[in-house]
Amino acid sequence: MGLKILTEHINVPGIETLEVYRKHGGYRSVEKALKTMSPDEVVEEVKTSGLRGRGGAGFPTGMKWSFLAKPEGVPRYLVCNADESEPGTFKDRWFMEKNPHALIEGMITSSYALGANTSYIYIRGELLFVLRILEKAIAEAYAAGLLGKNILGSGYDLDLHVAPGGGAYICGEETALLESLEGKRGNPRNKPPFPAVKGLFACPTVVNNVETISSVPWIVNNGGAEYAKVGIGRSTGTKLISASGNINNPGVYEIELGVPVEEFIYSDEYLGGIWKGKQLKAVVPGGSSVPILPANLILKTAAGEDRLMTYESLADGGFVSGSMMGSGAFIVFDEDQCIVRNTWNYARFYHHESCGQCSPCREGTGWMEKVLHRIEYGHGHQQDIDLLVSVAKQIEGNTICPLGDAAAWPVAAAIRHFRDEFEWHIKHPKEATAPGAVYRGQLDTVTA
Amino acid sequence: MAETINEVKFSDEAMAEIQRYISHYPEGRQKSAILPILHIAQAEFGGWVSPEVMDKVAEILNIQPIEVYEVATFYTMFNLKPVGKHVLEVCRTGPCCLRGADQIIDLIKQKLGIEEGETTADGMFTLKPVECLASCGSGPMLQVREKFYENLDSEEKLDEFLEMMRQSEVEKPHHLK
Repeated sequence: MGLKILTEHINVPGIETLEVYRKHGGYRSVEKALKTMSPDEVVEEVKTSGLRGRGGAGFPTGMKWSFLAKPEGVPRYLVCNADESEPGTFKDRWFMEKNPHALIEGMITSSYALGANTSYIYIRGELLFVLRILEKAIAEAYAAGLLGKNILGSGYDLDLHVAPGGGAYICGEETALLESLEGKRGNPRNKPPFPAVKGLFACPTVVNNVETISSVPWIVNNGGAEYAKVGIGRSTGTKLISASGNINNPGVYEIELGVPVEEFIYSDEYLGGIWKGKQLKAVVPGGSSVPILPANLILKTAAGEDRLMTYESLADGGFVSGSMMGSGAFIVFDEDQCIVRNTWNYARFYHHESCGQCSPCREGTGWMEKVLHRIEYGHGHQQDIDLLVSVAKQIEGNTICPLGDAAAWPVAAAIRHFRDEFEWHIKHPKEATAPGAVYRGQLDTVTA
Repeated sequence: MAETINEVKFSDEAMAEIQRYISHYPEGRQKSAILPILHIAQAEFGGWVSPEVMDKVAEILNIQPIEVYEVATFYTMFNLKPVGKHVLEVCRTGPCCLRGADQIIDLIKQKLGIEEGETTADGMFTLKPVECLASCGSGPMLQVREKFYENLDSEEKLDEFLEMMRQSEVEKPHHLK
């Protein structure tokens, strides 16, 4: 059992209430920060901790905070990104639903560090039931003097509100989120200016993920140096992993960064192995937009070393033989899953979710969906594989926001590692479209 | 429906809720409250937002109707046509499909005799496949209004669920009751 920074008390009955949350040490970081530390000292602790953005990009949080512009007389905002929509990811929903005060505590301490007096939690619209849980907890915090004017007599004021989205994956991108929070369509903004300079209502703004913000109280209570002792290298601390797919124990796991992937998949403490006694075929380790890896490459790097659950190890080998930590959404495929069908499914997702602003993404995602659909349904042409690679390449890097990349990478990676499966679909459409048919050739290389 | 244009009227509870959301934003930034208000409107007026309802939202926010239309048409949660009593928003994205979502969607179509986007003749169900709902560890799953129904991994569980929905009334969010 590793250290539980976020989830130590998550299964305590009543932890969603202020009373029980406080009994288990809740809101200590607010007292400590507001009464004994300057805002800059809080920022320094977060820098020292090495905490990295848990939404997907993995950018160092303390550094992001230090970019925040502080012009005189202009309000600053902290916005929590709770628009969790990356396929495979459900940790933030689970966490907020069970322990809403943990996020609120993080919002207060982080807002203090940034000098924000109004902060927002932008939550995806499908989670209105979680919004109600958060609003109830926020009302408790106001009543206890933890929000509002002169918090705990410190002289610091903070209002905290929850704002729902309306169903749009793109609003997880921080500038689209800000547009949405301003009541507009979620079209990402051109950068620069970055939100740190011109964000919400054209004011300096920091946007952080739920898990990132919820990690701040522990860092304030125990010190950034203590946090940095957990994990390996630049992957410090713990990470919530959303585990889904063909495994025995799907769910959310808080792991110390550095657990070997093989242990994570097969140990009963974690995923408990592949369901129904089947073999592992592939894993998407960081949410639908990161490259898929076949079993041999997710368990070991190309150099033959054990692959670890860290930002660096999951990315080892670049896109040739590695992938990414992303949001920590670990999607597991057993031997009966069809890579072509799955790739088509994700292509349809990205086409559906493209905001339509940039033509490479708007048109390219549609083409990829269409071509993959015809391969999956037995009408593929031999040149379709190269066509897909070419379309993916033309989207990548040519759009305002990373949705284009997110759409292109999974297609490119699936073809890179499972090209023979695509070819089989095209050459043998009858066999490939038979009910339950799956190409098994690739399994010959499985070493697990 | 022309005669209803002036009859779009939010309940007092809904208006109070709308004002509360508007108060969360700085002076002159009331448009920010458009998404929560559209959610309230959809819950108030039968699960969809008509042009008349959108016009009313524009009036409340003191913005142009087009500003409401362009938002309501961008976000997938807002139904712009009448829907059945229960809208089955079934996740169709990869992780749920690894656990049988495709089969469950096919079964729903078969059992209800409708295709995606359609409503049953008795007005009971609308089938609306949606993208990932952040419940990938408990798929296949679907959402009806504010509730998740998870682990629908067999025909028996689906039958049980559909029967339960047939017997249940539409639940309004607690603040609108």
